[in-house]
Amino acid sequence: MSARGKVIKYGNNVDTDVIIPARYLNTTDRQQLASHCMEDLDKTFASRVKKGDIMVAGKNFGCGSSREHAPIAIKESGIALVIAKDFARIFYRNAINIGLPIIECAEAAEDIKEADDVEADFEKGVIYNHTQDKEYKIQLFPDFIRQIIEAGGLIEAVNKGMLGD
Amino acid sequence: MKAMTMTQKILAVHAGLEYVYPSQLILSKVDMVLGNDITAPVAINEFRKIKSKNVFDKEKIALVMDHFAPNKDIQAAQQCKLCRTFAEENQISNFYDTGDMGVEHALLPEKGLVTSGDVIIGADSHTCTYGALGAFSTGVGSTDMACAMASGKAWFKVPSAISFNLTGKLNEYVSGKDVILHIIGMIGVSGALYKSMEFKGPGLKNLTIDDRLCMANMAIEAGAKNGIFEVDAITMEYLAKAGAGKPVIYKADEHAKYDEYYEIDLSAIKSTVAFPHLPENARTFDNMPDIKIDQVVIGSCTNGRLSDLIVAADIMKDRKVAKGVRAIIIPATQKIYLEAMELGLLKIFINAGCAVSTPTCGPCLGGHMGILAKGEKAVATTNRNFVGRMGHPESEVYLASPQVAAASAISGKIAHPYDLMRGE
Repeated sequence: MSARGKVIKYGNNVDTDVIIPARYLNTTDRQQLASHCMEDLDKTFASRVKKGDIMVAGKNFGCGSSREHAPIAIKESGIALVIAKDFARIFYRNAINIGLPIIECAEAAEDIKEADDVEADFEKGVIYNHTQDKEYKIQLFPDFIRQIIEAGGLIEAVNKGMLGD
Repeated sequence: MKAMTMTQKILAVHAGLEYVYPSQLILSKVDMVLGNDITAPVAINEFRKIKSKNVFDKEKIALVMDHFAPNKDIQAAQQCKLCRTFAEENQISNFYDTGDMGVEHALLPEKGLVTSGDVIIGADSHTCTYGALGAFSTGVGSTDMACAMASGKAWFKVPSAISFNLTGKLNEYVSGKDVILHIIGMIGVSGALYKSMEFKGPGLKNLTIDDRLCMANMAIEAGAKNGIFEVDAITMEYLAKAGAGKPVIYKADEHAKYDEYYEIDLSAIKSTVAFPHLPENARTFDNMPDIKIDQVVIGSCTNGRLSDLIVAADIMKDRKVAKGVRAIIIPATQKIYLEAMELGLLKIFINAGCAVSTPTCGPCLGGHMGILAKGEKAVATTNRNFVGRMGHPESEVYLASPQVAAASAISGKIAHPYDLMRGE
């Protein structure tokens, strides 16, 4: 699995209320959610994001509410990968469960700049920053998590019998 | 046998293991799966993609219509209807709709649906509330909820833990809310990321269950996986009164390892307010600027319990809400609402000029029943003050105890209850 795209960068503690404000939670329609993604933090996001773009942020990304609408909105908007210093725990598991690729890497999150051309190779465990000509090592996911990701999310993993009887 | 924390012991038993260690990935049985009118619809859609079409146990699923209910608009009505149909189809016994619902995290303990030693997951981040009763309880997403409704299981990374040893006794007008705001101010909004916050010590006996529920509720605001309190006589009395299932008590092993240790002297805690736009921006009244407010909200899964309404009413009795301030009181459950009525609290609030509402999460997440306009400021007993949380992205939320919220409603600005009560 790999991803390559242009970076859209944010700071620390990006909470799920700004990723998708609660006033839009009266729907489960993915495209509607995506159309309001990041709205309270960055009004330009929905119009400028392109399929395959990579979101990079600081620490505690996705803190706050458990709303799965947040990773859904990001994924549906076309973002191929989120790199952060670290993730709030519910966002972390939601992203894995719905098949939105994420990487925790403090060095990359610090270093990468807005609009950089970045590529991640999950097999090799490396992020390439083509703009700055740099590489960052990443920790591979444990097998259990990889199996969920490779199945395409938790539902598919359950249907394959991965969670036991 | 190696030493484990309270949380690790509960997880080990539910995973069928002798011992678990931090960062170990486990598959755990769950005793209760919770969802609300916002998260359950997503879960139900996911559930329908699972091959096995049946719920694992119709008595171990709770669906509470509390966020945008009573239905705030047509779309919210559709979401509640989807949940209602699902509950009927699957004969979910714990389905709570308008008329018998309450704010989920006030409702489940009150109904005796959660008990010590349980593993509880909920598609709501404040599910960590039930740690107050000595349960492992944590928020998850809708897909987790869907899979748990089908399998009765959830995957977890076993957390390491931070120990909070509580001593002393709270001063007048100081409550569990001030303690947890103080702690979040001290360790930050990611200070307990992925970890357990374990509360114990001789100060426990001076904290009511409502104080503990409020503190465990906000463990997530420090990034924690769960907050958990050691079980004592106060817990046991509460559980018995609520008719909860048989409690199983887990104590941390004497040599259990913690990442950090904090000593919290409850008698040193002062009234604390978290400034916009993070719960970690905690300030006491030692350096409180004059902040004029437009709205006060007393309610939510954090502070909408009877004891919260009692202390607020005590401050508002025979006083009037300041001109230009809208004060909204939301008892968290129907039972609390009724008890508040019987105690004459609602009369006090209404005479003071407050609006009193049926239970709902409503304004806490900017849903309905008290949305802020551009530039407005609110003091709220809720749990989050992120950008746009209660309305317009340029509005502000100041998090506080019910005592501070009530005093602020009367004063028209952020106010310490002691100053108000003494000043007259």
